[in-house]
Amino acid sequence: MNSNQLLSLAPADILVIGAYFVTVLGIGFYLKRFTTTGDDFFLAGRDMTAWIAGLSFVSANLGALELMGWAGAAYQYGILATHWYWIGAIPAMLFLGIVMMPFYYISKTHSVPGYLKLRFGEAARATSAISFGLMTILMSGVNMYAMALIMQVILGWDLSFSIWVSSLTVGVYVVLGGLLSAIFNEVLQFVLIWLGALVITIVGLIETGGWSGMMARVHQNTPGADYTHLWSTLGHFSDNPMGIHWTGIVLGLGFVISFGYWTTDFLVVQRVLSAKDLRSARMAPVIGAAFKMAVPLIVIVPGLLALAVLPFKLVGADEAAVNHMHSYNEVLPLMLARYCGPGLLGLGITALVAGFMSGMAGNVTAFSTVWTYDIYRALIRKNASDEHYVSMGRWSTIVGLLISIGTAYLVMRSAGIMDYVQALFSFFIAPLFGTVVLGMLWKRATPAGGFWGLLLGTIASIGMWAWVKLDPSALRYVAMSQDAKAMAEDMYRALWSWIVCVLVTVIVSYATKPLPESQLVGLVYGCTPIPSDGDLALYRKPQFWAVLVAMGLVILNIVVW
Amino acid sequence: MISIWFFIGVLLLFYGVVILGQGLYELSSPPAKPVVLASLHIGIWWGILLLVLGGGYTRHFFPGRNR
Repeated sequence: MNSNQLLSLAPADILVIGAYFVTVLGIGFYLKRFTTTGDDFFLAGRDMTAWIAGLSFVSANLGALELMGWAGAAYQYGILATHWYWIGAIPAMLFLGIVMMPFYYISKTHSVPGYLKLRFGEAARATSAISFGLMTILMSGVNMYAMALIMQVILGWDLSFSIWVSSLTVGVYVVLGGLLSAIFNEVLQFVLIWLGALVITIVGLIETGGWSGMMARVHQNTPGADYTHLWSTLGHFSDNPMGIHWTGIVLGLGFVISFGYWTTDFLVVQRVLSAKDLRSARMAPVIGAAFKMAVPLIVIVPGLLALAVLPFKLVGADEAAVNHMHSYNEVLPLMLARYCGPGLLGLGITALVAGFMSGMAGNVTAFSTVWTYDIYRALIRKNASDEHYVSMGRWSTIVGLLISIGTAYLVMRSAGIMDYVQALFSFFIAPLFGTVVLGMLWKRATPAGGFWGLLLGTIASIGMWAWVKLDPSALRYVAMSQDAKAMAEDMYRALWSWIVCVLVTVIVSYATKPLPESQLVGLVYGCTPIPSDGDLALYRKPQFWAVLVAMGLVILNIVVW
Repeated sequence: MISIWFFIGVLLLFYGVVILGQGLYELSSPPAKPVVLASLHIGIWWGILLLVLGGGYTRHFFPGRNR
């Protein structure tokens, strides 16, 4: 046992954690018999109900960074971190379900790059597939590193041990059952994450005397700063702990980054494409949005509770390492240690491990599909058998995991995990959203416009990032203020790169010959007959539930304005 | 195909047994370093919740059961 570790496990904890690993592996072995064709392996047979696809959609996003990173961000920035769950997710998820899903689903594409091939041609697909593959592998490495680091702090486990055990487990169940296995396990992981983390919120709120008691203690512990309001401190960069302006939150996060991630990141969209029919595919993101809206209860509230009750201050990872203090990322384990005895502690650790593994499985399955269908089949071997592509899917899962492991070791040298990932989002995701949304909603967009918009948007994003790295004073141009912090910079960089993508796409499209409408059927709004669900009862319509979720979002924002 | 909810039910049932059992054991042998608010015996309550949820899902989604 490492003398610096935060927790030690009792036999009951080991039983709980062990049962989890046995179950996820058992599910993988059980599902192998149902995974024979390409559609089975890469799209779970397109047979998932709205509930399964919706929960998997959210769970694939509940990775290491979500749980550990945002609980830490809530401690560091207060309730502002909730923006990443509400305005930074819900509108985009509803937009995916109600507006975009019909085009993804009716086109029968197997991936987002696959849609770009149908809409803009091979060059746009190749650009998107290669950038997505790169981002996914890096994300997976970040996930692994975050998990290994936290396991080292919590339980004293060696970094390499954590990385290899989790990777092998995910590798086994994904290689066996493909997306079907990943989705089944993601639903299981979603339930465990809630049951493991909700204990902290309930007991913590009892300790502080409820919501108002918690807020009073947060005010008391953060004199001179406002950690408890969502919007009222966003009038100026220096008025809030995050150093961000409301335009950055609304346009950068709420529009570009959020819409980019939730509507075009294949990691999450793949889960919805597995739905058994169009209504389920439209309903899944709406169900996901309802649950996403509640996730702050198990991520943000524990961060605020830590701010309220912990008798010591948490600091950044670098300072923590130098001064032997606890870092922001240790919020959840510290709160687990505070409230959970043997057995419950095991459940809490299982929740964290489940989060890590669901994120990793999401990355690996998405990478495997894009590699096999959009890179290997498109560029290397066009006419092989379905069986061959399933085999390639299994091998690319293994190779993808190995590259991720290599990436995890590289990321160990990087200090700011969250900032690093946000930067990646703005490199690839924001321009991709510009290309996909124009492709779906604007008939006049041409293949050349789509390709050059995507390419130049991505280059502009990387260019702005490099500019600020080389000359920090450039922040006043990129983020519109020298006071802007890293996350604010990411928001604005995403916004500019999206604007570059859209402008280039529009200009090049007007300069090139449009595609005939007959080639746009099933791909573009105005050329695609959307099946009506007019005969369905109101409560079965995705639009009805989307309106309810949107109303919930507005009310919640007003409550903590 | 067996429903995913059945797998979830079985796992939660097992967790309920372990966590409730541990909570009851701690009634007779309190730990040397109790957690904050140990007097709430949250392990017992959470164990019961898991047992009920797990039992319900296992029964409802038991393979071959006519629903």
